Amino acid sequence: MTDCAQAPLRVGHRLTPLVVPSIERPTLRNFAAASGDPNPLHLDPTVARASGQPDVIAHGMLSMAYAARLLTDEWGPAALRSWHVRFLAPTPVGRRPTCHGEVLALNAGLAVIRLWVETEDGTVTLSGDAEVSLRRPSGTEHREGPTQTRTRRRSSGCDLGSSFPCLTTFPPLT
Amino acid sequence: MSTTYLALQAVIGRESAPVVMHVWRDRLLAFAAATGQSDPRYTDVEAARSLGEPDMLVPPTFLFSVEMEQPDPFEWLTSLGVDMTTVLHAGQSFNYLAPAHAGDTLTARSSITDVRRRKGGALVLVERRTDVTRGSARIARLRMTMAVVRA
Repeated sequence: MTDCAQAPLRVGHRLTPLVVPSIERPTLRNFAAASGDPNPLHLDPTVARASGQPDVIAHGMLSMAYAARLLTDEWGPAALRSWHVRFLAPTPVGRRPTCHGEVLALNAGLAVIRLWVETEDGTVTLSGDAEVSLRRPSGTEHREGPTQTRTRRRSSGCDLGSSFPCLTTFPPLT
Repeated sequence: MSTTYLALQAVIGRESAPVVMHVWRDRLLAFAAATGQSDPRYTDVEAARSLGEPDMLVPPTFLFSVEMEQPDPFEWLTSLGVDMTTVLHAGQSFNYLAPAHAGDTLTARSSITDVRRRKGGALVLVERRTDVTRGSARIARLRMTMAVVRA
């Protein structure tokens, strides 16, 4: 068993980005069926155009599922305590999302991770943060990701210049 | 616009009929395939058991699907006159209380908790809370924010 509280995790540590293959129509059909979300915005170009999109867009929850992999690949399934995300921009069909995470704070065995998902054209489609427990039962192992020294992003969340409604505030989770 | 806003305001706090989902392994395999999930704890019963889990784990965002397990999962909006082509999923949160596994029967109970006008009324933000339980055990609390545009 690894006591992750002793792992040399630092504020500013970047997780190894999770690169996802491009999201194609079969991906969306499979996700619609598996997730139970029947919204035709993700399947039917005619409906997508009626919603003001040039073509179908990916489910926000698909991007969030990818972001979950970023966290559970790093810390195991039991570590994720709570998280919230905002969907900042639509992900048009054909785009390749990459999930990013950075340690924002460390305190008493908990880490706060800032998350974002970016498509290959630089659009940030999802932004959020997660509370992850670094002390877990045995059976899960901590993989220490490589330390990266990329510069911090200049902005986060609401000032990304997105046209999407970035207005959501959540009450604190209890 | 104000019709939608008022209709939504009027049902704040009213709980939708509970939605029940039995979590089949095949469903979790389909979800894993659709999301590129390869961690065997989510896809392989034996691997999950060897790591101390009773069965394949339910992945973190799959709990959103519990409340989708009904003939019209957006009826709570469309029944109030909301056109789904004007609705965007603006935000989502999860607070986890206990793990769930294949073989579990999960129940989702949802209610609208907040309705707010933004951008001078051009946008209505609807927040909906869902509690997922397994019998008397609390599994997770979800919060979904939907943005109704051109309302």
